[in-house]
Amino acid sequence: MDMIKEFYSGFSIMNQEVSLVLVLVFILLADLFLGEKGKKYLQLSAIAAFALNVVYGFTLTIGSTYEDSFAGMYVTSDMHILVKNILNIGTLLVFFFAHYWNEHENKTQSGEFYFLTLSTLLGMYLMISSGNFLLFYIGLETASIPMAAMVAFNKKAQESAEAAAKYILTAAFSSGVMLFGISLIYGTCGTLYFTGVTQAFQAEPLQVMALIFFMAGMGFKISLVPFHLWTADTYQGAPTAVTAYLSVMSKGAAAFAFLCILQKAFQNYPESWQNILWWIIVVTITVGNLFAIRQKNLKRFLAFSSISQAGYIMLGVIANTAQGMTATVFYIFIYLFTNLAAFGIISNIENQTGKVGMDDYNGLYKTNPKLAVVMMLAMFSLGGIPFFAGFFSKFFIFLAAAQQGLYLLVFIALLNTIISLFYYLLVVKAMFIETSDDPIKPIKSDAMTVIGLAICTIGMIVLGFISPIYEYMTSISF
Amino acid sequence: MNILSTFVIIPLVMMAIIFCINGEKKDLIRKVMAAGALAMLGTSVYLTVDFLAQRELGDTAEFLYRSDILWYETFNIHYSVGVDGISVAMLLLSTIVVITGVFASWGLEDQTKEYFLWFLMLSLGVFGFFISIDLFTMFLFYEIALIPMYLLIGLWGTGRKKYSAMKLTLMLMGGSAFLMVGIFGIYYHSSVDGNFTFNIIEIAQNHAMPVDKQLIFFPLTFVGFGVLGAMFPFHTWSPDGHASAPTAVSMLHAGVLMKLGGYGCFRVAMYLMPEAADQLAWIFIILTGISVVYGAFSACVQNDLKYINAYSSVSHCGLVLFALLMMNQTAMTGAILQMLSHGLMTALFFALIGMIYGQTHTRDIRYLGGLMQVMPFLCVCYVIAGLASLGLPGLSGFVAEMTIFVGSFEHEDMFHRVIVIAGCTSIVITAVYILRVVGKILFGPLYKIVIEKNEKEGSVKSFYISEHDGETHRYPLRDAIWYEKIATIGLIIAIAGIGLAPLWLSNMISDGIVNMLK
Repeated sequence: MDMIKEFYSGFSIMNQEVSLVLVLVFILLADLFLGEKGKKYLQLSAIAAFALNVVYGFTLTIGSTYEDSFAGMYVTSDMHILVKNILNIGTLLVFFFAHYWNEHENKTQSGEFYFLTLSTLLGMYLMISSGNFLLFYIGLETASIPMAAMVAFNKKAQESAEAAAKYILTAAFSSGVMLFGISLIYGTCGTLYFTGVTQAFQAEPLQVMALIFFMAGMGFKISLVPFHLWTADTYQGAPTAVTAYLSVMSKGAAAFAFLCILQKAFQNYPESWQNILWWIIVVTITVGNLFAIRQKNLKRFLAFSSISQAGYIMLGVIANTAQGMTATVFYIFIYLFTNLAAFGIISNIENQTGKVGMDDYNGLYKTNPKLAVVMMLAMFSLGGIPFFAGFFSKFFIFLAAAQQGLYLLVFIALLNTIISLFYYLLVVKAMFIETSDDPIKPIKSDAMTVIGLAICTIGMIVLGFISPIYEYMTSISF
Repeated sequence: MNILSTFVIIPLVMMAIIFCINGEKKDLIRKVMAAGALAMLGTSVYLTVDFLAQRELGDTAEFLYRSDILWYETFNIHYSVGVDGISVAMLLLSTIVVITGVFASWGLEDQTKEYFLWFLMLSLGVFGFFISIDLFTMFLFYEIALIPMYLLIGLWGTGRKKYSAMKLTLMLMGGSAFLMVGIFGIYYHSSVDGNFTFNIIEIAQNHAMPVDKQLIFFPLTFVGFGVLGAMFPFHTWSPDGHASAPTAVSMLHAGVLMKLGGYGCFRVAMYLMPEAADQLAWIFIILTGISVVYGAFSACVQNDLKYINAYSSVSHCGLVLFALLMMNQTAMTGAILQMLSHGLMTALFFALIGMIYGQTHTRDIRYLGGLMQVMPFLCVCYVIAGLASLGLPGLSGFVAEMTIFVGSFEHEDMFHRVIVIAGCTSIVITAVYILRVVGKILFGPLYKIVIEKNEKEGSVKSFYISEHDGETHRYPLRDAIWYEKIATIGLIIAIAGIGLAPLWLSNMISDGIVNMLK
């Protein structure tokens, strides 16, 4: 009896996971039992249920710095809760942007869309909160496999199926590589608990090899160069709402989990992974930027842009300090609003006109001034231009890396921001300066998209100025 | 509320007001702009008077009107403002150029609302930069000033505007990449007790930066600002950018924004890392010396009026950095005076060129001649600007260049002597390109211009005849109208003011320099 009691008490700190599972079950049942007539309420009820979950997430706090349950399998802290809340906000925004698409093109399967999305979110929760490589792996797979189904959601389009095939194959392959790395870790350290690995890891050659395999697997998830090859095709083929989800949530969660593991399990020999990461960051940022210049399709364009952004996020990871963690989480937080704003605009325009080319955006300001301005803000914020939030997040993440004396890396990254500014300005140029014979007609956005874009816009403009957010993150980082 | 913060608040409030006005009500927008610019000018004049009064009363603090609000506690970032004599002078210059810029672009009809919104953002960045004494906010405002340039040139510019806008933005952002690393270096190496700070005053007081670190981060910072100050070989954005920009933007950019470079070199690079500045000065003296002479020679062979002035700006702004690097009181005072003088006269030049171009639709001096007979007011103003530029006593250029070269000549070693003499040649070359333009387009014989006298009505009309695209165009010519007169006269008063009564200004400036040289 006591054992059962102890087992269930383990759930007491898993409030977010439990409430998310409740939402999941609710959506599943609603999808099942709502008849044809009730279907139209399905979307609203799903969004409302999840919104409640988002609000609930913000009421949670641990107080003490660190807690674990299930014998250290599951760990949590205020920082973990915050990251999950950030992912929640992002997912809610994606739901706002996906509403129109679900309503018109995906009517019969909208319930499945919400269910699958939230399943991957649950996987990300577990991945972040894992204290053991096994739970981490389970979370990772839970986050990946439903994602492949989401990528393939657009059943009429061949591209979508192709994208899903590419995604699932590379995901499976990278999982294999990572599992091999994990098995080597188990073989050399004798344990899979992060705390145990910390003590057993001596940076012996075999252990370093295990670490490299592990990093390669993570590189696939975060789409770091040279493990990025699936990114552009998958982003292009997937439905835009899914692409948005993939580029922000999937990446953000994986980056944070990566940071936690590197700082926790391998903290005693940081140089063993910092040296590799240094080079990965340099090529990631550079290759991502150089390839983005040539893209004409905006979804591919943002795919490469997000590759280089992942490189910037890794700057906070390589710093290996509490400040680095704060900067990373803050960067993900800002990146979420910014990138989702860009994807919100793209999906809005794609849904209503079917256009995603950069040239199609010529003269957008003349016909759709509001959309053009929000897109411009997003581009400036991604490029790190003040006074938009992207400037602050970039400045702080560079500051965190510079604190460790990585001036050369910071300098390379800064030179890369000039390249990135070039292609972000190309979008601004298309919208504001170029003229077009066949501009996009004035679009009447639906209410959900407007709400989503408004939230993103406020986030991009205001968040940099509100220093208490950053102070709070500093106070809970470790 | 602190008086300095009004320089940030007024543009913000104006942006909010103009954002709410319907874009069709262009006259209302212009009036709001004029009122706001006047308010800023008033504030800066009041600030100058009050500043001098406080100094008179014996307030010897390095920076006056200090105000400090903690912003990001983690990094010890503050919104921190304060001014010394130099910043006050720069603020005065900026407000004069802004208000004359508003009048110079009074006639702009295409997307007036958006134009003025970006224009305000530009001036917001400029003002914020001059009042900041915290490196973070300073950098923030610096970048705020850069980005509106892209759209201002790209949308309202002329000629190869898309190319120039992109080139200018990317090169200046490249400069800020250098600068940012420099700022990080200063931040992490300048504290005595582990409390990192961005505050310029505290960093200067601590004076704790090891020399070997200074030698790394001084060049980064100096080059970062030097790009904006059009230092050779990073000046190439300047001619293209200025030539393509719309009138008021050229004015503000050449008049004020390029001064951000000089001011930043002085306030951040040299003030915070004096030992490295002393050791490495020779490299940058050579580079800026090349700017001075090379810019002047390039101006001689250009045919586009805006290119001539853009290269002239390279030369004159090079002189600013050149004099700063001499590191003595006289030369540095001259450098700041040169910033003011160049800011005003180059703004006047670009305003006049814009006004002439608006009527003739060409800036090529090969196709212009005898304008004095058609538009005497503008031409007389042009001559005055030209004379100021080549250093006629009584106008601002003379005071500045005189002080610079006298100060630079105080160095007795061979290197400085040679380079100063080489620099002096720029004065002569300046005369060549100024007089070339004045003689050709203003006083030369009428070229492509017809004057038609209608004896019945007693009216005189003149036209510029231009042939392009296989058609003959007749552009009507006229002299300046009221708003153009306000803009030009305002600038001329300021130029003559500095030239005739330089003493109060140079006292105000050298007060800031003395503090720094300590």
